[in-house]
Amino acid sequence: MIPVSHILFLSATLFFIGMYGFVTRKNLITMLMALELMLNSVNINFVAFNKYLYPGKLDGIFFTIFIIAVAAAEAAVAISIIINLYRMHKTIDVGAATELKH
Amino acid sequence: MGGYEHTFWILFLPAISFVLLGLLGRKYFNKSAGLIGVFLLLLTTALSLYNAYQYFFVNGLVDGVYLKIDAFKFTWLTFSPGVSIDMGILLDPISVMMLVVVSSVSLMVHIFSLGYMKGEERFATYYSFLGLFTFAMLGLVVSSNLFQMYMFWELVGISSYLLIGFYFQRPSAVAASKKAFIVTRFADLGFLIGILMLAFYGGSLDFNTIIQHLSAHQSSEYLAATTASFLGVTALTWGLTLVFMGGAGKSAMFPLHVWLPDAMEGPTPVSALIHAATMVVAGVYLVARLFPLYALNGASLEIVLNVGLFTALFAAIIACTQTDIKRVLAYSTMSQIGFMMFALGVSGTQGEQGLGYTASMFHLFTHAFFKSLLFLGAGAVIHFVHSNEMKDMGGLRKWMPLTHVVFLVACLAIAGIPPFAGFFSKEEILLASYNKSLWVYTIALITSGLTAFYMFRLYFSIFWRKEYNGHSHPQEGSMSMKIPLIILAICSALVGFIPFGKFVSVDSQPQETHFHLMFSILPVILGVVGILIALLMYKKENDRPQSMAKAFGSFYRAAKNKFYMDELYLFVTKNIIFKWVGRPSAWFDRKVVDGSMNEIANLTLETSKAIKGMQSGKIQRYAMYFFGGIAFLIILFVYILK
Amino acid sequence: MTAHQIIFYCLAALILITGLLSVTCPKVFRSAIFLLFSLIGIAGLYFWMEAEFIAAVQISVYVGGIVVIIIFSIFLTEQAGKETRSIHPVRTVFAVLAAFSGMILTYLTVLNYDFVESNEAFDLNIPRIGNAMVATGEGGFSLPFEVVSILLLAAMIGCIVVAMRSSISKPDEKKLTESITEIDKA
Repeated sequence: MIPVSHILFLSATLFFIGMYGFVTRKNLITMLMALELMLNSVNINFVAFNKYLYPGKLDGIFFTIFIIAVAAAEAAVAISIIINLYRMHKTIDVGAATELKH
Repeated sequence: MGGYEHTFWILFLPAISFVLLGLLGRKYFNKSAGLIGVFLLLLTTALSLYNAYQYFFVNGLVDGVYLKIDAFKFTWLTFSPGVSIDMGILLDPISVMMLVVVSSVSLMVHIFSLGYMKGEERFATYYSFLGLFTFAMLGLVVSSNLFQMYMFWELVGISSYLLIGFYFQRPSAVAASKKAFIVTRFADLGFLIGILMLAFYGGSLDFNTIIQHLSAHQSSEYLAATTASFLGVTALTWGLTLVFMGGAGKSAMFPLHVWLPDAMEGPTPVSALIHAATMVVAGVYLVARLFPLYALNGASLEIVLNVGLFTALFAAIIACTQTDIKRVLAYSTMSQIGFMMFALGVSGTQGEQGLGYTASMFHLFTHAFFKSLLFLGAGAVIHFVHSNEMKDMGGLRKWMPLTHVVFLVACLAIAGIPPFAGFFSKEEILLASYNKSLWVYTIALITSGLTAFYMFRLYFSIFWRKEYNGHSHPQEGSMSMKIPLIILAICSALVGFIPFGKFVSVDSQPQETHFHLMFSILPVILGVVGILIALLMYKKENDRPQSMAKAFGSFYRAAKNKFYMDELYLFVTKNIIFKWVGRPSAWFDRKVVDGSMNEIANLTLETSKAIKGMQSGKIQRYAMYFFGGIAFLIILFVYILK
Repeated sequence: MTAHQIIFYCLAALILITGLLSVTCPKVFRSAIFLLFSLIGIAGLYFWMEAEFIAAVQISVYVGGIVVIIIFSIFLTEQAGKETRSIHPVRTVFAVLAAFSGMILTYLTVLNYDFVESNEAFDLNIPRIGNAMVATGEGGFSLPFEVVSILLLAAMIGCIVVAMRSSISKPDEKKLTESITEIDKA
């Protein structure tokens, strides 16, 4: 029997892998991928909590579903922005988008 | 009390004149503004005369006492159930009398100004200011409580300021208006503190209630006010003295008189109205209003007496040396107000002893007529000579016969020559001071003689002395300038015959004023002597005045320089107040108050500069801050604050 | 060690290794492929946890949707064969340190927390989820469902608008600076 903490260790590790990727990558698309990893680690947590701690309820499952939905929307928007940025600057380097800074 | 609703309109017709002419005058009826003002004032005067008739002859007198009637009253501001500020119209003998004086003198000035101010660019503005002043002054005299009086008091002050500075293109007029405003404001500070003290101890702002509370020896209010003391002086004395300070400022009593001579920068009719007949007697009126309290409090009455007496003599001496005819009249006004003040100072509260009170009010009444006549006469002269200086005049009697005659009447009246008005009122004052003490009587007598001298010095210098050889051709003014002079001359000659004691007395009971023939011989002789000296010195051009001035030497120079009062004030303000109070507080303001604000601003600026780098626009750095913050919160809540 | 446990550790290893590769691999397209495997591994984990519905959603949305549009966008932005620009080594060290310290903090927290595991059976059948999704009473999720629907709609419209905006040609920078200097002169 696997204790719930092992699953949490897995998700935490995955989360910090995502975080590492998010802060070290320069390319917007790879940053987005790191973000997806972080979201997935959260999803794992929700499902694990639901299964091991409150099996009679459905809250964790639903949160997971909604997070997936929001992540899909977010990914779509992010991709459209990235493509737009690429058209403007011919690059998708994170340092290139400085319009809002000034 | 019914039948006095019209008093409301006495107040508000001038106010209408102010609003109407002030808002629309310059644009729509700059030419006809004067006629509108005169018409409204005519109604006001008619109403106040009717009011006086109603009060004195029909239903004011009940059981031998004149009633105090609240013609109109409403609660304006309620602070707490016991404390409120009312607005009301209080009718008693002195306020009814003052209504007549103010409205009629104001009417005369309105009419006179039709000719005097003709062609002025700001004609309508001038009339609207006159309306404002008349409204404020009428409101002041009918005030039923201290606070209402204070409000109208300030309103009078501001209209005086506006009218003194009417020729605002002249720097001297601007300076004079500022001076008048600041000096009277300073005095009003005392007045306000005095009001607060009287209201605190008297438990009310209402005149009648305060007097009732504080004049009963057994009442708790009286005991509280006389036991509390500051610097060894009781609270009641402090309160009354501070109120008197306000009155002294408005009435140009020494040492707060410095603004009045400078106030002559205003148009001459304004000087006649405000700085001779009405506003400057507000201080006297104020003391008379609170007279029962002053009479009970010996110390404050003593102050009133001494200040009044000193100012009367002081101003009379200065008046003998001035060469600007309006300044002579200004000092003469101060001297006469000093008379009224010390007449109050020598008065008692009952029957015969209250002669001083009656005399003071009587003198106020007569003085209003002859002094405004003098000013209007001087105004007529100045209007055609274009100068205020005596040396530019002389021999004008041939050119301006009417002005000459009315001026003579007014001079005789102020000099106290029978049967003109001033004689009667001044005799009463002298009699009252004689009853009080010989010392007061002597000074009053000397001042009275000086009055005759300087008035006739003025008269001879203007109308005799030499043939007129100026450039302009003086002549009589238009009808509008003649009529007020004639009316006022008739009044100056005749109002003395009014049995004033029958109407105004300290205990509101009509009393007979006895006329002592023997007693009045000395003052009249002194007056005649004064006139004769003036005649000798000024009727013809000669060197007697110069030799006289030499004989007096430094005293003459000091008097000519107004005893260096202006210099003293300048010294005190510049070298003491500005240097030792103004500059340190300016420094404090700049360095400490502003400085701390600047430091706060700088701190914000520096902090923002320091943390500006955090807002780098680099999304990954933001993410690191975010994660760092979460880590911090986890440590804080999970490990530290468990 | 039961097969159940072995499967978990294998899945965990798959998820973590491919995840790590996906964030470190210099080539963008390869990153995306590693991400794909990581997500499949997570789907496997859901199967392992008997949450078959979530596993199905995971595969259809993430693997079938998001990864595909990521790959599309890689192609659209012509990044397929490119190597990403590497960052300064010092910053990499800092990032590693930060990630490790965060991990340790989380592990300690998880270890210190006493999870009370329930012995109830975890029964996740699809009709139950469906009913709860549209139920309004206690345990119903119709309101968040509506909210997420609206969010999705808004996101769709947003995407379209942003994409349409891009069709407007980028303003010529030279012209822009010229007009700015003109304004300055005026």
